[in-house]
Amino acid sequence: MSVELVALAVLMAAVTYPSRAVPLLLPGFDRLPPIVDEYLRLIGPGILASLAAVDVLVLADPDGHYRFHLGLELLAVLVCVAVVAWRRSLLPGLIAAAAIVAISRWLGVA
Amino acid sequence: MPAPVPDGQDAGPLPEAGPDAAGVRRRLMSDGVGISVSVIAFALIYGLAARQAGLSLVEGLAMSAIAFAGAAQFSALGLLAQGVPWLGIIVLTAILNARHLLYSASLAPWFAGTSRRERAVSAYILTDEAYALAMPAFRVLGRHDSRTYLIAAGFTFVPWVSATMLGMLFGELMPDPTTLGLDVIFPAAMAGLAVALVVERRAAVAAVLGVVIGVGVALAVGPSVGIVAGGLAGPALALMVPRSAADAAAEESASDHAVGLP
Repeated sequence: MSVELVALAVLMAAVTYPSRAVPLLLPGFDRLPPIVDEYLRLIGPGILASLAAVDVLVLADPDGHYRFHLGLELLAVLVCVAVVAWRRSLLPGLIAAAAIVAISRWLGVA
Repeated sequence: MPAPVPDGQDAGPLPEAGPDAAGVRRRLMSDGVGISVSVIAFALIYGLAARQAGLSLVEGLAMSAIAFAGAAQFSALGLLAQGVPWLGIIVLTAILNARHLLYSASLAPWFAGTSRRERAVSAYILTDEAYALAMPAFRVLGRHDSRTYLIAAGFTFVPWVSATMLGMLFGELMPDPTTLGLDVIFPAAMAGLAVALVVERRAAVAAVLGVVIGVGVALAVGPSVGIVAGGLAGPALALMVPRSAADAAAEESASDHAVGLP
């Protein structure tokens, strides 16, 4: 059984770990000025919203270009957001989102 | 945020979690199940793709357990198939995972007083999903809780590695996860968990600007750069929004209303 690519996995981990660890391990990163503290607090909603939006709104063409995409996935994500805001629980929102997409694909709508 | 503890001075064992922590963990389990379904679906696809790309079981599992970086793992398979040198794969991995820097920076104040060993281990299992699950839970608790973080991260690490193995061994027998709508669970979960962190105007502005900037930059440059740009610039611009007394009150009471309370 080949194990050659285990070394590649280790190298990939070696370049990933610093971005995961440096702020957590850097001395003084937990004693920041209030403005920086406030900025870090806002990173959560900023990056999670960015991550979700890019995932559903940006598609890569086979030629490597990126294009704006408005599809059923956006509706599903918005429904999930609405359900989470209403029920204060993630799971019902995820079930609703997956159901919308699955049923639409089954019906041939998407 | 928790009170800072001078670096190097371990605050000792964390206090025993009270009933609030138990309630938050119960809800975390419920939220985590939904995210796990998404993780399992992607890991099954990854396992099957890894097998089809010629990786051995050991190599495929090593990628998932050691690199533990979903998007980078998928990219690596494609680049290996095209004969791209390892250096190119490693550079792309670093770029794709740069967003973890933001998660780590955002979590750092909550880890004040924990040991370096705990921070080092916590960093290793830090992912989009672990951050998205843990951060709202910390906000509800008003402090860091080791067990809560481990549960949040465990909902990604364990299913990712085990489903990779299943995908490599039995992937061809599985139905296409997209027919079940499982591919939408990841963005839906990230958006849903962002809602938990929007407790006042600045946070809402950070989220909206994160979307606008992220998508704009992603269209121009690429998704990875777009996500990081949205996560960096959205909150920076949101700081310009004046903070009212109502906002401060909303943040104060956030723990009573955030997602995560039973």
